[in-house]
Amino acid sequence: MSYLLRRIGFYAFTAWAAITINFFLPRAIPGDPVQSLIARAQGQLSTDAIQSLYILFGLDDEQSLVSQYFEYWGQLLSGDLGLSFTFFPSPVSDVIADSLPWTLALVGFTTVISFLLGTALGVVAGWWRGTWADLLMPVTTFLSSIPYFWLGLIAITLFADQGGAFPSSGGYDPGVVPGWDLDFIGSAIHHSLLPAITILITSMSGWVLSMRNMMLTVAAEDYITVAHAKGLSQRRVMVSYAARNALLPNVSAFALSLGLIVGGTLLVEIVFSYPGIGFQLFSAVGAKDYPLIQGIFLIITLSVLVANLVADLVYLLLDPRTRKEG
Amino acid sequence: MALPTSEVLTVPAPARRRRRSGLLANGKAVTGLVILGFLTVFAVIGPWIAPYDPGERGDDLLVGPNAQHWFGTTHLGQDILSQILDGTRSVMLVGIVAGLVATVLAIVFGVSSGYFGGTGGEGLSALSNVFLVIPALPLILIITLSLPETNDLTIALVIGFTSWAWGARVLRAQTLSLRRRDYVEAARATGESTWRILGFEILPNLTAVIAASFVSTVIFAVLSEITLAFIGVPGVSEWNWGAILFWAQSQQALAQGAWWWFVPAGLAIALLGTGLALVNFGIDEYVNPRLRGGHQRVRGVRMRVGFTPVLPEEAR
Repeated sequence: MSYLLRRIGFYAFTAWAAITINFFLPRAIPGDPVQSLIARAQGQLSTDAIQSLYILFGLDDEQSLVSQYFEYWGQLLSGDLGLSFTFFPSPVSDVIADSLPWTLALVGFTTVISFLLGTALGVVAGWWRGTWADLLMPVTTFLSSIPYFWLGLIAITLFADQGGAFPSSGGYDPGVVPGWDLDFIGSAIHHSLLPAITILITSMSGWVLSMRNMMLTVAAEDYITVAHAKGLSQRRVMVSYAARNALLPNVSAFALSLGLIVGGTLLVEIVFSYPGIGFQLFSAVGAKDYPLIQGIFLIITLSVLVANLVADLVYLLLDPRTRKEG
Repeated sequence: MALPTSEVLTVPAPARRRRRSGLLANGKAVTGLVILGFLTVFAVIGPWIAPYDPGERGDDLLVGPNAQHWFGTTHLGQDILSQILDGTRSVMLVGIVAGLVATVLAIVFGVSSGYFGGTGGEGLSALSNVFLVIPALPLILIITLSLPETNDLTIALVIGFTSWAWGARVLRAQTLSLRRRDYVEAARATGESTWRILGFEILPNLTAVIAASFVSTVIFAVLSEITLAFIGVPGVSEWNWGAILFWAQSQQALAQGAWWWFVPAGLAIALLGTGLALVNFGIDEYVNPRLRGGHQRVRGVRMRVGFTPVLPEEAR
């Protein structure tokens, strides 16, 4: 239990650090970004909105830094992330709420599948080392050094363009009304297949490589020799003795590399014009929509923290040693 | 020919020690180094040997690879080969600067938190974990956009300052295992200063880990920089490979079937990444001989009841 509490404490600390970075960064910008934003909005901003922007950007001169900091927290806790300028006058929180489910679904499915599939391939590649399974290594090395977005571009050319089997952009067919019916869900799945496969291929190779290395290390342990000596089947030794022990570092690596995978997913969304957070971030960068960029950064960080906590819970289930009091 | 396994397993070690440079005996590392050397040469001479000015507009709009334009042209008639050659320098420079900054930080944070331990060490370790968990790409993006002025160097510094955490974590773990070794205790007992112990006892034994973390950081830095250029963050060098892809994407190169616009840049990125990854594998295998596959170690020897392990034909 103390393990879990320590982890939760750590994540709370990280969340605080991310929010504090978000608080201080705009204060490092010279000049007055709010004035230029007001100019962009051409007088459509209400005085309330301007005041809230000044707080978010830390340009409220009448207050000390400390009270600004507390006011900033107050705004965050009430869900106020400022107003977006690309989608004026919608608040940032609404824009994010619209696009977050797309990203969560895409990343969630692909990450879990890529982890399971990659780990399984790594087990096989590590166990049958020196056979045809070694051919997997150069392929995965190459795949893992390709940027996500480039593979996406290639996938679009090969499978989506000029009457290909898959759509090259968007989250669902233009004619379909979003809702919980078969038409919409089918269309959404159809649109997400190509981006999902792209993420799957690039992110999987990392798991294959690390799992293979762990299998090689574990395969030389004495208990594996003993298991063989007992006359257990190859399969049983591979899965229950070697893989089970080799899995633990991979699960902790899973938690740590989530941030990277999310970053890659953002790019795939950009390439496929997928209506998720990444595409939103892309347009926000293009339009210098600073409040939206900040809001997206916060949401992504917090989601990754939650996912990390889940990975920790899984680790707790897998490794009995962490459950011991101590 | 039957040998007891213990003997079989110790055979490669002395053979390796006899060779002067273990890393250069590794095929993967050599291949990787050759690729990197090749790209470094282009980074230096690229802008000079480029057949055209990369920004110059020509009359051949969007034509495929031909004798005049080996990699084809853009929608403005710019020569893509020249753009790639010109961009190599920016890509390599950012990768190396960011890698150096991050590696120095990783050594400072990782080794000191591992060696000194205590509350301070735990604190430093927690700090590097914070940087590990926060998604790197959005963090780099938001810092870069906050800067009043960006160019290749500032972007390299931002990447370097945000990506040291993984290396610090690995170095910390390694230092923790080194600091109670006998030779370190002996050095401490003879009254050597902490700096001398760190510099002459600990650091030399971390060389391989430091090299590996440097290479991984360079991979990460190159990909991040290309990504920033691809998203369209201002300040990245004009013909960075990512910028080429940015133009290809924004000019609908895909819809027009202009595959030559984005394939060369992507392959260049993959080539650089593969080269770096191969060097890293070489280092890994050098440090941890168990990872070596194939002929360097006896393979396929598995204990089965009733059988003495037998060496396969080619391993004799």
